[in-house]
Amino acid sequence: MTAPLMAVPRRLFRGVNIWLTLLLVVIAALFAFPMLWFVLSSFKPGTELFSLPLSLFPSDWTTSGYVTAWNRFAFWRYFANTGVVALVTTAFTVLVSAMTGYAFAKYKAWWLRVFFICVLVTTMLPTEVIMPSTFAVIRDLGLYNSLAGIIVPSILTATGIFMFRQYFRTVPDELLEAARIDGVGEIRAFFQIMLPIARPIAVVLAIFSFQWRWNDYIWPLIVLNDPNNYTLQIALRSIVGADNIDWSVLLSASVISLVPMVILFAVFQRQIMSADINSGLKD
Amino acid sequence: MSQETPVAAVPAPAPPPGPTLTPRRRSGLRRPGQTVAPLLFISVAVVLFVVFFVGPGSLGLYYSFTDYTGVGDPEFTGLANYQELFGDEQFYSSIGRTVLYTVLAVPAHYVAALGLSLLLVSAAARFRTAARIIFFLPWLISPIVTGVIWRWMFGENFGLVNYVMTVLSLPRQQWETNGDLALAVVILASTWAGTAFNMLLFIAALRNIPRSYLEAAQVDGASAAQRFFRITLPLLRPTSFMVILLGTLGAMKEFAMVQALNGGGPGTENMFIVQYIYQTGFERAQIGYASAVSMVLMVILIVIALVQMRFDRKDDLA
Repeated sequence: MTAPLMAVPRRLFRGVNIWLTLLLVVIAALFAFPMLWFVLSSFKPGTELFSLPLSLFPSDWTTSGYVTAWNRFAFWRYFANTGVVALVTTAFTVLVSAMTGYAFAKYKAWWLRVFFICVLVTTMLPTEVIMPSTFAVIRDLGLYNSLAGIIVPSILTATGIFMFRQYFRTVPDELLEAARIDGVGEIRAFFQIMLPIARPIAVVLAIFSFQWRWNDYIWPLIVLNDPNNYTLQIALRSIVGADNIDWSVLLSASVISLVPMVILFAVFQRQIMSADINSGLKD
Repeated sequence: MSQETPVAAVPAPAPPPGPTLTPRRRSGLRRPGQTVAPLLFISVAVVLFVVFFVGPGSLGLYYSFTDYTGVGDPEFTGLANYQELFGDEQFYSSIGRTVLYTVLAVPAHYVAALGLSLLLVSAAARFRTAARIIFFLPWLISPIVTGVIWRWMFGENFGLVNYVMTVLSLPRQQWETNGDLALAVVILASTWAGTAFNMLLFIAALRNIPRSYLEAAQVDGASAAQRFFRITLPLLRPTSFMVILLGTLGAMKEFAMVQALNGGGPGTENMFIVQYIYQTGFERAQIGYASAVSMVLMVILIVIALVQMRFDRKDDLA
């Protein structure tokens, strides 16, 4: 796929420009450096972290920070909590977004248009900003301090709905017409014909949703109180918010929290990087 | 169920899809299923919208007129919260700092993302695939960890940046105790973190620009700068609009990353508005007062969205 794309510009620009390449390499190095410094530092023993002169590579490689982080905090529990929240929310998000986006794309009614505007408004006015009353709603629903309290409010995302709406609009109406003529009901047409067609978009949304939920901070902050229910981000915040930051533990714990995202990226890199998120709005 | 029952009449969608369908049977009769089905499809979303959007919104508006503290019954106090708010120095300082941050960060995010995207689609540069992955990696990193990474770089006494400055015989900078420098670090960190997503948007948009436009302009003798400002940039307008609108809204509610980076420090100098809401609402349990601040923030966000959408429309007509 790259071959024909490369052919035209090559001719146009008469080959490779050294200065542009150099610029790109320098910027990429600047971008990568904070991550590199962060990851390499996490393998230094606590005493070496602050001893001058600082060196990029640990002179004494150790995983003691990781061991301490894993043992001192109930890390496996934070992992499990975050994983449950991210997976369950993602499953619901994909289903609800698909149904809603499908209704917007394939049916016409004044109340659909009204609700579409409502969904649009949610992108402009993030509810997490009205934290105090959101907290009151969660509490009154009996969701306070439970993982469900993070999952349920996070299911609805305008981005997901827009992605599916845009996708289903490109599916020819004839397909639905034909199904109707064959006597297939509306609900069955969606689940058996339309939803399977939309698998690529479901995958993209699932990846995005997982990332949003894994890295989410504000909902867990509002909802969770009991350390047993903490998600990773809240746990990390409690380490970094301490009066005396234990950097060795903090760096290692932060690196651990990234592992699932790195794996996700490694597996789905192609889908993520080529995702057509023109309609996508950040969540 | 009614929507499962096949009925002879096929509804008429606006344009008749094809000549093969018998027009006689498409008499405009609607099957009841075609009203019930979309209702079912959106029902979950509607419930969630009402409970978690309309609910907190209207409750927040109500609380903002009360002295609610989270326990007991809220007592109606009229505009007292708003009066207190508009005499509160910390409120003005938070709003001012948030706006300053937004005004500085949004252009930085925009230029960084667009510049990198141009580099990445330019055939004249090598290593583009590897660079694209590097630029994208911060997207994987949560705001909290982003804060940790940059705090570690810019620690005043222990950070690498000050160490390097010492080695180069430059003065060490007060990255934590000088409010303006601390804000600069916040902007730097958020640009680093926010570039990835915007870059994806720009790359997709840049690839959609027909190459023939640029080639034709080049044949006609347009310089690279002219081609960029007269062709590329105008064609990117919808993407630019979205990046700027979402960036502005995102910057106005910046919270998590700063929590880990410097906690709004030094002191409360860089406390942004969402942090102020969190502090008054949860740490001081002044839910009524915090709701009033939320309402002000909501109004600001609405105004921003309306103004930017207005600009977008105006340009379309021009």
